[in-house]
Amino acid sequence: MSPAATTHESLLERGPVLLRDWLTGFLPEPARWVANCLLIIVAILAVFGLLFAFLTLAERKILGRIQNRPGPNRTGWFGLLQPFADGIKMLTKEDIVPRAASPVLHFLAPVVLLAASILTFAVIPYGRDLVPVELDAAVLYFFAAGAATELAVFTAGWASHNKYALLAAMRALAQLISYELPLLLSVVPVVLATGTLSTTGIVAAQSGWKWGFVPHWLVFTPWGAAAFAIFMVSALAESNRSPFDLPEAESELIAGHLTEYSGFKYALFFMAEYFAMCASSGLAVTLFLGGWHAPLPVLEFIPSYVWFAVKLLALLLGFIWIRATMPRLRIDQLMRLAWKFLVPLALVNLGTAAFWSITFQWEGPFQLVRWAVAAGLVVGPFYVLGRGLSAGLGPRTYRFA
Amino acid sequence: MLGTGLIQGLAVTARNFVGSFHGTKRFVTTQYPEERTKLPEAYRNFPFLVCESADDPMGTLRCVACQICEKECPPQCIYIEKSKDKKPDANGKMQIYPAVFDIDIAVCMSCQICVEVCPFDAIEMDQVFEIAATDRFTGLMMDRHALAKPNGYFHQIHPTQAEEVDSRLAAERLAAEKKAQAAAAAKAAPRPAPAPPAQSPGAPSAQAPKPAAPAA
Repeated sequence: MSPAATTHESLLERGPVLLRDWLTGFLPEPARWVANCLLIIVAILAVFGLLFAFLTLAERKILGRIQNRPGPNRTGWFGLLQPFADGIKMLTKEDIVPRAASPVLHFLAPVVLLAASILTFAVIPYGRDLVPVELDAAVLYFFAAGAATELAVFTAGWASHNKYALLAAMRALAQLISYELPLLLSVVPVVLATGTLSTTGIVAAQSGWKWGFVPHWLVFTPWGAAAFAIFMVSALAESNRSPFDLPEAESELIAGHLTEYSGFKYALFFMAEYFAMCASSGLAVTLFLGGWHAPLPVLEFIPSYVWFAVKLLALLLGFIWIRATMPRLRIDQLMRLAWKFLVPLALVNLGTAAFWSITFQWEGPFQLVRWAVAAGLVVGPFYVLGRGLSAGLGPRTYRFA
Repeated sequence: MLGTGLIQGLAVTARNFVGSFHGTKRFVTTQYPEERTKLPEAYRNFPFLVCESADDPMGTLRCVACQICEKECPPQCIYIEKSKDKKPDANGKMQIYPAVFDIDIAVCMSCQICVEVCPFDAIEMDQVFEIAATDRFTGLMMDRHALAKPNGYFHQIHPTQAEEVDSRLAAERLAAEKKAQAAAAAKAAPRPAPAPPAQSPGAPSAQAPKPAAPAA
């Protein structure tokens, strides 16, 4: 363990903490705590603000490449300055508030939405000793803060005094509440298995390797893989992104609850959407992908926050890939997917996780039995429920009239 | 099973993503102002006037100001004023030339009727598309100096058509030269002996100048 211990204390690994101590170390104790908190807030806003900026660019480039075109490539080298050009454009645009709109609520909605999505960044462990707020009920806090975004979306729709905005807000509310359920149910098995609601505790429970190369990440268990899949689908729906971008379905609802927003308020909505996506992906990394742990012992020399960033980016690119592929669902399909498929699947998965926890001491051939039973409990319900979901909707045959 | 279609879809988009980095089969974008694709030969938009030489475009215009195109033009975007004097054309023959030849590109509907009716192959269709102007009254009003383009340019943009026009014109020129020679010969032939046949106006001598008459 001695080489591992030294890597834990390498300068790169401890860099962020050392930098923080160097910057605020001279202050007396209470002021130092405040300064530390402010520093963390600034760091999070800077890192995720830049990530948001370049994520929009990456999204446009990748969508372009998938559609066989280059994407933005004129502003700066490879279009790298495009996000800043967009930002300037958004800032200089006229901010229109409809005469019939409620001015205070119309202004408050994007602010609350953004604030709520930033709050969720507080409990994600970005690296070894790099968690902004150490909470015992961090997972609970994450979902409580994230649920406030639903309120903001509805405020936006209601305050706009526009029928499309209101309709879209109702839809968004229905969608967000429906998908909150499978999202939470897919997290419960993790809490069950690790026995803690603290995100640092959950990451610590996933440390180490079996046989020296299989990491103890929860996604490498049958129930963990299923929970991860359910979590990602629900997170996709929670962040209002394609194929679940019903509230912004431009073919039906113009731009949904964003219809009456322009200029920088519109940009704030976008920022909140991307922040929510980043936060959900960050939580998925924390809960299922081993947090900041390296996948192999030999790769531990790379700092933990880099591993977190790599996993986070992989999930975000997955989101973009899915956006480029899937068509938008209809509202009834959306509801059916949540209530008839994801919720029962997540409930069954809870049982699978319970079985897995009970049988943790099974050894030898029983280990195989344990895997077979758990895998059956995951694949069986998926197959049965999937058949039920697509019953009567099978491959269509087209006939000439 | 549920989800197989989704995975197939993801595979399709991934193939497109990777494929767009390899070759132009999928990635067909041309970076327009820097790179240009070759326009297809059949592409045409606005008419231009063909002249024989790039050095003296006004002197070698094929147009003889017959005004057929002006009369045929459906939106009436052509305006021609005939010259008072005559100038030798490319074949050295004295012809009227257009003192004014204006086409209002803003009105032209690119129907190519002017090209089809022109008996002198003097007007052809161009391939210019970057003719945006800030003032539609002056910027899109093309006079004969702006419209005149050499035959070589015509060969560049519509090679097959230019080839055909050139061979036809060459054939006509050859025929005209032959006729002129025949006429000259006919004129030259009767001159040494005008007196003897005059007494007996026979059929052979009267028939000989006849075909040369229209040419002269």
